[in-house]
Amino acid sequence: MSVDKATVAKIASLARIRMDDAALERMVPELNGILRWVEQLGEVDVAGIAPMAAVIPGTLRLREDVVDADPLTGGGKQADVLANAPAAEHGFFGVPKVIE
Amino acid sequence: MTDLTADLTSLGVKEIRDGVARGDFTAREVAEAFNAAVAEAAALNAFIVTTPDHALAAADKVDADRAAGKELGSMAGVPIGMKDLFATYGIQTTAASHILEGFLPRYESTVSSKLWDAGAGMLGKLNLDQFAMGSSNETSYFGNVTSPWRKAGSNAAMSPGGSSGGSSAAVAARIAPAATGTDTGGSIRQPAAFTGICGIKPTYGRCSRWGIVAFASSLDQAGPMARSVEDCAIMLGAMAGFDPKDATSLDMPVPDWEAALNSDLRGKKVGIPREYRMEGTDQAILDSWEQGKAWLKDAGAEIVDVSLPHTKYALPAYYIVAPAEASSNLARYDGVRYGLRELPDGSGLQDMYAATRAAGFGDEVKRRILIGTYVLSAGFYDAYYTQAQKVRALVARDFERAFAECDVILAPTTPTASFPLGSMTDDPLTMYLNDVFAVPASLAGLPAMSVPATLNPDGLPLGLQIVGRPFDEQGVLNAGLAIEQRAGFTARPEKWW
Repeated sequence: MSVDKATVAKIASLARIRMDDAALERMVPELNGILRWVEQLGEVDVAGIAPMAAVIPGTLRLREDVVDADPLTGGGKQADVLANAPAAEHGFFGVPKVIE
Repeated sequence: MTDLTADLTSLGVKEIRDGVARGDFTAREVAEAFNAAVAEAAALNAFIVTTPDHALAAADKVDADRAAGKELGSMAGVPIGMKDLFATYGIQTTAASHILEGFLPRYESTVSSKLWDAGAGMLGKLNLDQFAMGSSNETSYFGNVTSPWRKAGSNAAMSPGGSSGGSSAAVAARIAPAATGTDTGGSIRQPAAFTGICGIKPTYGRCSRWGIVAFASSLDQAGPMARSVEDCAIMLGAMAGFDPKDATSLDMPVPDWEAALNSDLRGKKVGIPREYRMEGTDQAILDSWEQGKAWLKDAGAEIVDVSLPHTKYALPAYYIVAPAEASSNLARYDGVRYGLRELPDGSGLQDMYAATRAAGFGDEVKRRILIGTYVLSAGFYDAYYTQAQKVRALVARDFERAFAECDVILAPTTPTASFPLGSMTDDPLTMYLNDVFAVPASLAGLPAMSVPATLNPDGLPLGLQIVGRPFDEQGVLNAGLAIEQRAGFTARPEKWW
């Protein structure tokens, strides 16, 4: 399988990365080179093999169902959460107006 | 530089820790010596920010604790470099990207806080490939790191490897006795090999990923980089341990790797994977591999041939799995919660996302996000991603079968020595191939280490890689120690910076 400029434009849009025509043109052969190379995986006989889910089998733990089980990531952290926001407004994350 | 300063900066982790404990010198003297060495070495571009005050404050605490007769930690008085992928409270953490420039974490990564608890201090945040994506340290927004090593008779700037290139350059240049690294597909081992130092990636889950900027979560693993196997054992002990904040953290005790180091390999079997004899591998690398076998045999081990039949498919599988996870992990950079925001005039929310990510990510990061987005997209998911995860299972099964016949595996770390900066950037694929020997152990989550073996005819370091069974960091370190004792690698780069 190979990608053309329109496909790369579609992928870039899905990935929310703005790319102009020149950037798209540049990316087409690079992505095709990589995709052609990974295609060799098709040769591998994977009959009966389950896709790997975890390298080290384990069970997912549940934390204790209490408020602020971990004080670092619990509630009451508004100032910390907003500290690095590009536009913190009135205790919220500010974003451009959304009208649909 | 005074003689005392030069002497102190040539010391490793154990020598510093033990010297401080004995009172041969103070932790403050050590921190001052390394702070000065860091300040002199700007030409290497190994650090994105330096934190001399952090190193001094940690040192003063160690000196005060010692004076008060308190018990000192396993890294007491050792100032280290911190790869700029670990979140450090109030200190800029960028992953070498523009999108995180100016980000000041309000929390500390588990690994770094464990190191501070053990008495270490921080010299600064080390440069790396952007979001740890790269094998030459040429994708950083903050410029390339230059290796302290040069080819004999040449002044060309060489690659320190990547992604932990700031870490490898700093430790090799003696401006840090040790540094943290992270390894997703070779990012500790390959730079260690390129710069003549040691580095170990432990079993997946040994070190908490909490507070490490995520690249590919099923592969990312932190580990130490230092100039001796013993220093790596000490530092890994300080970094590892169960962390409830990381869902994939291993809930098992951390062995005392330092105390159990033992280079007597009698009764051990060392596997030599025949599929690692690949075309395009330097003759000097193949020779060092032969030498490595002889060293381990001399240490008492039996050498056996093993087969890892899916080796050649590991790298292409990695270049589906890792970008797929990266495309998902890096979706968080949206210009809303932290980091860069680009808001062109009159643009809406979607335009802001796209403009922010266009301006904030470098070319290699964009390339991998696009590949990842593509292989996860409707209609292609099974052909690419599911197939790659099945191949990954086969790569892991290969190792499982090989470890029925041997205790550790010996292989080269890289197919080539370091190369000049700028010489491999035309084709992304050529660069990817430098991790061909490192990636299989990453896909299988196994502990793996690089130890310096020798210099090639150009005077550049070559590393040997040891891969072990899950949780058997001790077996890896012990084989590494056996090589270290026999290789007698004492070469160091001549100071030009």
